[in-house]
Amino acid sequence: MDSVAQRLSVVGAGAALELRGVTRLFGALAALTDVTITVRPGERRAVLGSNGAGKTTLFNCITGDFPPSSGTIRFFGEDITQFPPYERIRRGLRRTYQISALFPGLTVQDNVYLACRGVSRSRFSLLRPGQNDALMHATETLVQAVHLAGVKDQRVAELAHGQQRQLEIALALAGAPRFILFDEPAAGLSPTERRELIEILTSLPAHIGYIIIEHDMDVALRVVESVTMMHNGRIFKEGLPREIESDPEVQQLYLGGGHE
Amino acid sequence: MSLLQSTQFRPDPTTPTTRRALIRAWPEFQNPVAWLVALILVIMPLIANGFFLIEIFATTLILGIIALSLMFLAGYGGMVSLMQLTIAGFAGYMVAVFGVSGNANISLGWPWWLATPMALALATLFGTLGGALAVRTEGIYTIMITLAIGAAFYYFTNQNWAIFNGHTGINTVATPHFWGVDWRADIAFYYVTLGVAAICYFAVQYVSRAPFGLALQGVRDNSRRMAALGFNPNAHRIAAYAFAAFIAALGGVLQVWNYRQISPGSVSVGACIDVLIIAVVGGITRPIGPFIGALIFVLLRTFALDVLIKFGLDGNRFRLLIGLGFLAIVFWSSDGVIGLWERWRRRSASSTQRSDGGRHG
Ligand SMILES: Nc1ncnc2c1ncn2[C@@H]1O[C@H](COP(=O)(O)OP(=O)(O)OP(=O)(O)O)[C@@H](O)[C@H]1O
Ligand SMILES: [Mg+2]
Repeated sequence: MDSVAQRLSVVGAGAALELRGVTRLFGALAALTDVTITVRPGERRAVLGSNGAGKTTLFNCITGDFPPSSGTIRFFGEDITQFPPYERIRRGLRRTYQISALFPGLTVQDNVYLACRGVSRSRFSLLRPGQNDALMHATETLVQAVHLAGVKDQRVAELAHGQQRQLEIALALAGAPRFILFDEPAAGLSPTERRELIEILTSLPAHIGYIIIEHDMDVALRVVESVTMMHNGRIFKEGLPREIESDPEVQQLYLGGGHE
Repeated sequence: MSLLQSTQFRPDPTTPTTRRALIRAWPEFQNPVAWLVALILVIMPLIANGFFLIEIFATTLILGIIALSLMFLAGYGGMVSLMQLTIAGFAGYMVAVFGVSGNANISLGWPWWLATPMALALATLFGTLGGALAVRTEGIYTIMITLAIGAAFYYFTNQNWAIFNGHTGINTVATPHFWGVDWRADIAFYYVTLGVAAICYFAVQYVSRAPFGLALQGVRDNSRRMAALGFNPNAHRIAAYAFAAFIAALGGVLQVWNYRQISPGSVSVGACIDVLIIAVVGGITRPIGPFIGALIFVLLRTFALDVLIKFGLDGNRFRLLIGLGFLAIVFWSSDGVIGLWERWRRRSASSTQRSDGGRHG
């Protein structure tokens, strides 16, 4: 599936995602200050940090929802700092939103179909999909993968919160993702739904890396191999899950509820 | 709209899938009222005289087509464009300029089958360029910039004599004659407008469920998320303007054939706003709305005068009537007449249910 050129670029650049000195200002407020991160292809990482630490802003800079005020962002070796969001998505980046950003007036199926269309060609097609449309099949598969086949013809506005979160994830899995950003996917989920979420995350193909923002350490540390701690818009500590868990400074600041 | 089609309509699961897909795609094939309306429209020349055929029905269909282009933009794209009549008027002017008219110093005298595609192409280009300007803005600013384009075009036609012949406009525009038929004769012209209106109606209906239309609704609901799915929202918006411009241009060509003349009065700011009123009164969530709005508008415009005079009022007050009607509709229903109709049907359905329940319980 990977072209030779693609593999070479991965080999040449090494990192799936590489941020250098990324800063984002909101007026006088520095939501991100000089953030430098390197993530390998296929790596799975958690970003932890208290409310307002800048985690979501980090995602927004990576996807281009907000451009960074300074710094550079490379995706599989390519400098994407100036790219609009859709160009980044077309290169294999995906994201979910902390607050579900779905199309409430459309059905579950239409939501997922749009996601599949967005990363395919012919986004402007004036022809309705036929019975054997490949994207229709991809849509069906994806709807099933997130356990929403039973409600696929329902409008998204009518779904329960947990189902909307599942749909968020389905939208991020469309096409051929290479790297995914999950923004608190477990927020507000029941224990059963959490288990389903962990199952989805752990069963992703090995070449797909991701960053997950998650307050629940039980979820976060079970699905990642590395952890980045953020505080006040800065990277504060990086390491293996068990190192972070047992770090006294981290416990003081974050786990001990040291919200500022 | 897609959400209405896909949710309100739950086909019987035993129907074969191909039929189900067909029904889902074309809900009106299931609706006996739609068949009845279609039948009446087709046999209209047997019922109505020339005056009704042209002054009421053809005029309604033409205004409906132009308002349909606004419905497409506003309903599916969330973009309220006030320049749709301007695009139609531009197409009309181009038919007159490239084709044959009484103003031989201006018209180039091309045959209709060359002048018409030229007019459609230029008007679509005009609408697309206007759209490219308008998509940089949102909400009220879209309304303002498209209104500004409409006003600028109106003043330009007034002042430009070389192409637009100033405030006198272009008169006795030739209409198509071929296969031994005068296509501007009452019955033939009625069928031409009916055919074009039907094509536009079904095209909008079809495209609303095609990937392009679905994506447009996605852009309307959440353009940021659409960008995070790989879509370029502004490219979709501009493409929607182009599609709508082509529909408006078709309406404009029919309009200049209908009146056989075009002048700045046809593209005035008031006329631009009439199109908005037509679409809103009819309802902008479904393609049938603009046609209903146009029928109400044309009936009021044609008959309010006589009625008002009968009551001893000034006949020119018909605009006041339309304005009051507009106010009432906007006040009572955000979805125009079809919204009112649907609410009434739902209420009567639930009240029959209730009375049934009362009898049995
Ligand atoms: N669009 C914005 N405009 C102004 N300030 C913003 C904006 N987005 C974020 N901020 C500010 O930037 C800081 C970081 O916010 P961010 O949403 O990145 O935090 P977070 O780590 O995701 O927090 P949470 O755990 O609550 O989601 C906060 O102080 C927030 O108020
Ligand atoms: Mg956040």
